[in-house]
Amino acid sequence: MNEQLTHMASQVTAGKLTRREFMGKAAALGVSAAMASTIFADAARAAGPKKGGDLKLGLQGGESTNSLDPATYASSVPYMNGRHFGDTLVEVAADGTIEPRLAESVEGSADAKVWTFKLRQGVEFHNGKTMTSEDVLKTMQRHSNEDSKSGALGIMKGIASMKADGEYFQVTLNESNADLPYLMADYHLIIQPDGGMDNPAAGIGTGPYKLEVDEPGVRHLFSKFENHWSDYGHFDSVENVVINDSTARTAALQSGQVHIANRIEPKVADLLGRAPTVTIQSTPGRGHYVFIMHCDTAPFDSNELRLALKYAINREELVEKVLRGYGSIGNDMPINAAYPLFDETIPQREFSIEKAAEHYKKSGHDGSPIILRVADAAFPGAVDAAALFQQTAQQAGIPLEIKREPNDGYWSEVWNVQPFCASYWGGRPVQDQMYSTAYLSTADWNDTRFKLKEFDDLLFAARAELDPAKRKAIYSQMGMMVRDQGGLICPMFNDFVDAVSNQLDGWETDPNGELMNGQVSRKMWFA
Amino acid sequence: MHPVIKLVSQRIALGLLLLFGASALIFGLTEALPGDAAQAVLGQSATPEALANLREEMGLNRPALTRYFEWLGGIVQGDMGTSLTNKLDIATSIGSRLGNTLFLAFWAALVSVPLAIFLGLLAVRYRNRWPDKLISAVTLTTISIPEFLIGYVLVYFVAVKLGMFSPLAMINDSMSFWQKLNAIALPVIVLTMVVLAHMMRMTRAAILNVMQSAYVETAELKGLSNFKVIWRHALPNAIAPIVNVVMLNLAYLVVGVVVVEVVFVYPGMGQYLVDHVTKRDVPVVLACGVIFAAIYIGLNMVADIVAILANPRLRHPK
Repeated sequence: MNEQLTHMASQVTAGKLTRREFMGKAAALGVSAAMASTIFADAARAAGPKKGGDLKLGLQGGESTNSLDPATYASSVPYMNGRHFGDTLVEVAADGTIEPRLAESVEGSADAKVWTFKLRQGVEFHNGKTMTSEDVLKTMQRHSNEDSKSGALGIMKGIASMKADGEYFQVTLNESNADLPYLMADYHLIIQPDGGMDNPAAGIGTGPYKLEVDEPGVRHLFSKFENHWSDYGHFDSVENVVINDSTARTAALQSGQVHIANRIEPKVADLLGRAPTVTIQSTPGRGHYVFIMHCDTAPFDSNELRLALKYAINREELVEKVLRGYGSIGNDMPINAAYPLFDETIPQREFSIEKAAEHYKKSGHDGSPIILRVADAAFPGAVDAAALFQQTAQQAGIPLEIKREPNDGYWSEVWNVQPFCASYWGGRPVQDQMYSTAYLSTADWNDTRFKLKEFDDLLFAARAELDPAKRKAIYSQMGMMVRDQGGLICPMFNDFVDAVSNQLDGWETDPNGELMNGQVSRKMWFA
Repeated sequence: MHPVIKLVSQRIALGLLLLFGASALIFGLTEALPGDAAQAVLGQSATPEALANLREEMGLNRPALTRYFEWLGGIVQGDMGTSLTNKLDIATSIGSRLGNTLFLAFWAALVSVPLAIFLGLLAVRYRNRWPDKLISAVTLTTISIPEFLIGYVLVYFVAVKLGMFSPLAMINDSMSFWQKLNAIALPVIVLTMVVLAHMMRMTRAAILNVMQSAYVETAELKGLSNFKVIWRHALPNAIAPIVNVVMLNLAYLVVGVVVVEVVFVYPGMGQYLVDHVTKRDVPVVLACGVIFAAIYIGLNMVADIVAILANPRLRHPK
């Protein structure tokens, strides 16, 4: 970079030169537009976040039935509402480490059974009250007590007792669990005044933005909370606009009515990315599109048949045709490289008609049609994926029959009820949580009916093991068990595909969730 | 009692009975759908404990009949209750949604009804000549294209490419009247295109029907201009079928526009109802259903009454 360009960049950093001016001058110096754009972005980033502006997010996943009660969050819009107005004790950072939020530090006992959170002092709720350890305790109780209907109830099960003590909040577990801080980062566990016991849906938290307008299914408007404790939250206001229709969402982004849109369909992502005002952010995540078989129900109780089906699916083709490349191939286990302690050496299962036919023959299946139930509610493109699967299975002589189910009621009538269906898992921050949610013999959501004593024992052993190398070895072993004996056919992991206006700066790739793990309103700013 | 008043009161009584029947039917059908509100809310994250707790809280453990009559008892006193899923007062939520729906329907009707009747008259005036054929061809084309497609095409060319109107028709209370009108411009155009043909064709057919009458011939022989004959003599006698079809289309503009709402992200009743049906939120579904039924029944009643008033033979029955 020549001297003049360096000088100009420093002027940008000091806020003395706008993008337009910079680009004009750079062009005069004979610098290509792409190069100048990069230099400008770097310089602007060095200037640090700018304050102000009204951020609008066009989001899929909001209904007029949504509540602000964090216990009920199950789709994108309520999730993002919580991210704007609330804070959790800790957060999982983009690199998979634990980042302190309302807790300044976390400490575990040597056996990983007792965990103590030192709470930040002087944090103010939007209603003017100061956060105490009692509020934290009540919040956790509301998500875990007998009356709880919280989406976080499952992960709170292992807690034996909790205690509030001045600046400290302490959790005692039934069993050792080295991953407890990750569980406390769950997005349902927003700290509310009095734990939200009196009014859970008030939308009052400690986050950078406070609630202004709540119109479920239409929009949710938040304004900057002046007494927020952290440096995050650079906008004057943030608005979640519910735009469930995919075409409307992209049109709104292109015409500048919203600055960020989520769930961009893979088929339009390439086209949209060519627009000069928008950048497509594709983030490899932990979510996976799957077909699940009940290991305890005929004919899927035969591991040979399960293997036959696993070999009969063409993963590359599915990633290319269903995800249009916005994803990666799966390996019949729910874990991928986005997880900490992932073993890269586990061999990839390859598509093989011969092996499929061989295992199918060994299974001794009587040749009656194997019914696969699908609906696009399971994952976008599920019906197409099933059709591709059916064709490749046909080549191996496996008679797969597709039964289309209605989207409506899919999660209550088909998933976890029928022995073979399409499904989706959003992934979890750590391997332990993923396995204990869906692969432990006693798990409520064991949707493959995978019940293996050795596997359960390994899971508990890993929890109590504090040495990362040994834990990694155990997880590797567990992954192989699910891969070779489980009821999970995992053809692909999907990317989070978001689109962001070029007016914004500060995007970081974060595999923990869509929209930078929901942190866009905290960490981005108008350039 | 004047026969018209008697007729109107009979019609209203019958309408109320129909509403009651409709509410029972809606309740029965929603109950017959698989799953309940608790399952729908928890979705994939449902555990048996959470389900049981939520059912208890929503009061879903009580018998269906009890719940229905409780709701009925509330609504006759004007209390619609609260939503099962988000605990908001139904009357308040519906209030703003219904207001939006009526706002859109009103402007769509204001544009489409006069336009349809005018085009109908024009088509009769130039029947079987090129203006008639052009009007028919254009309106039949727009009614034949699915409304979401017209919507998307308009959004792409008018809003995104030309930047004229907003692609989203999101309106809220903080917007000025003109901002609101600007926001709903595209959906109003789409709705107009969808309802135009039906009303226009009916106007044309009804007027052509009476054009053969002796009094039209007399009017022509009197030396009245062609358009005046249609306007003064043919139209009043053809008003009954026209009002009928106009009312049907008005009802459609209120209760049948969910697709347009989705395409333009308009915060109206349709999307509100669909969301709550998916979540099996019975009190809201019932409230919406009854309002829609009332609008439908009311508009049809108006059409009947106008038809009777417009026809002296029906106005003075022997």
